[in-house]
Amino acid sequence: MSTELEELYQEVILDHSRRPRNFGALEKPDVLVHGDNPACGDEIHLGVQFGADGNLQEIKFSGQGCAISQASASMMTMKLKGKSRAEAAEMADTFKNLVTGEAGEPSKKLGDLQLLQGVRKFPQRVKCAMLPWRAVEQALAQTAGEATVSTEA
Amino acid sequence: MRKDFPILDQQVHGQPLIYFDNAATTQKPRGVIEALRSYYEHDNANVHRGLHELSSRATEAYENARQRVASYLNAASADEIVFTRGTTESINLVAQAWGGKFLRADDVILLTEMEHHSNLVPWQLLAERIGARLRFVPVRDDGTLALEQLDQLLTTDVKLFAFTQVSNSLGTINPVAELSRRARNAGAVTLVDAAQSAGHMPVDVQELGCDFLAFSGHKMCGPTGSGALYGRAELLDAMPPWHGGGEMIVSVTLEKSSFKKAPHRFEAGTPNIAGAIGLAAAIDYLEAIGRPAIAEHDAQLTSYAMQRIAELPGVRILGPAGERGAILGFVMNAAHPHDLTTFADQRGLALRGGHHCNQPLMRRFGLPGTTRASFYFYNTQEEIDRMTDILGDAVSFFS
Repeated sequence: MSTELEELYQEVILDHSRRPRNFGALEKPDVLVHGDNPACGDEIHLGVQFGADGNLQEIKFSGQGCAISQASASMMTMKLKGKSRAEAAEMADTFKNLVTGEAGEPSKKLGDLQLLQGVRKFPQRVKCAMLPWRAVEQALAQTAGEATVSTEA
Repeated sequence: MRKDFPILDQQVHGQPLIYFDNAATTQKPRGVIEALRSYYEHDNANVHRGLHELSSRATEAYENARQRVASYLNAASADEIVFTRGTTESINLVAQAWGGKFLRADDVILLTEMEHHSNLVPWQLLAERIGARLRFVPVRDDGTLALEQLDQLLTTDVKLFAFTQVSNSLGTINPVAELSRRARNAGAVTLVDAAQSAGHMPVDVQELGCDFLAFSGHKMCGPTGSGALYGRAELLDAMPPWHGGGEMIVSVTLEKSSFKKAPHRFEAGTPNIAGAIGLAAAIDYLEAIGRPAIAEHDAQLTSYAMQRIAELPGVRILGPAGERGAILGFVMNAAHPHDLTTFADQRGLALRGGHHCNQPLMRRFGLPGTTRASFYFYNTQEEIDRMTDILGDAVSFFS
């Protein structure tokens, strides 16, 4: 097995892709974002419910996609649950830097999400990792309603 | 024969390359690469207007290439061959020049659900512009066309029936001669997308009885950006020019121009001279092997691959169980097509994962995409055995 492959598909990542956490639909999401990656047909439906304090009280996703996009979505929802809008937006920036930025020490704040750094060596797969984050960035930009985002837009 | 293809002899990610993405583009034999090099080293000049030796040579080679394509397709005359950048441009040419002149609002353009985007989007653009309607022959669950519905679909308002000879996702081989005959009986003009067939099986336009046929050079050992449109003389002659510019005119005043006859009327500007010459070299190479022999090798390899892939757990092959082109689309429960192609690539195996420019067809089968292995005459059973091992490893890795 190649080292790059093992770095890309670490056991934690495969585990999240096989058993995604926070998978399903929220009963009453404040914001529902449909994201798609037309290049590969992957799609995500991300529901967010904001608490009275404005924090991301509930966050769930459904849809279908490759191991990278599923794991990224699963770990993202775990990471962002309970965070404020500002914290979530900052996390999204940090993650984007992890998968697209210059090589360097990943931010410890990302926790398990750091494992997705292996995507850097697979430029065609960066969009897979980014799809759920594009969806959450859109969710953070609004307080209610539905929206669609695409990795190709 | 593999030694004719220098590119095949290399390691990818430390493993010997297995190139199974031939439906996307094929590799080029030395003879084609040499033809391009020789043209640029000895004969390069612009065609049709220079009164010097090199221009004469370039013009002769370019027009000989046209003759070569005509005989390859058994067209009645070289005047029925328009050089284009490939299948996509050929279809756009027909949609805009023929469709733009002869189709009217409410006319129906009949397509099939299995068309590549290149034989769908040009018709959508035309339909949008002139108010024509699109209609589709459905695809059955086994990947074949629902021909029992064809008579009902071929109503008198159908002016054009455009369909692929071989599906680039399913491998289905459509009965072109029958479809052309039934369309003609219903008064419709036919266009055949031969992108996946022209380099793989005998394609005789007179025997098939089609009106237009489009193909790409790069999917049959030729250079990228080469290809042609076959059009029956009567149809090409009635079509207005498409692109305007040099090469396609007889005389030009500031106000008005008169145009050459087909095929030159449709070749504005300096054409892809080297591409046409390379395409002719590719045809020489394919004819030396023989298209029946290529088709036979395709069939053996594909049936062997279907048998081997079927041994893997949780793998489903799309498309017909019987006769098919050298194309195998499949889905694996354990791994998404993109994960699988990344995995395979790390083992030196070039597969294709995704929708294969067939988004409506993927939706038809309820799939985000498939993984596709597509073969050519230089591929071997041994490579298929290695692919089967790699796919087996992927099942274990992702399960």
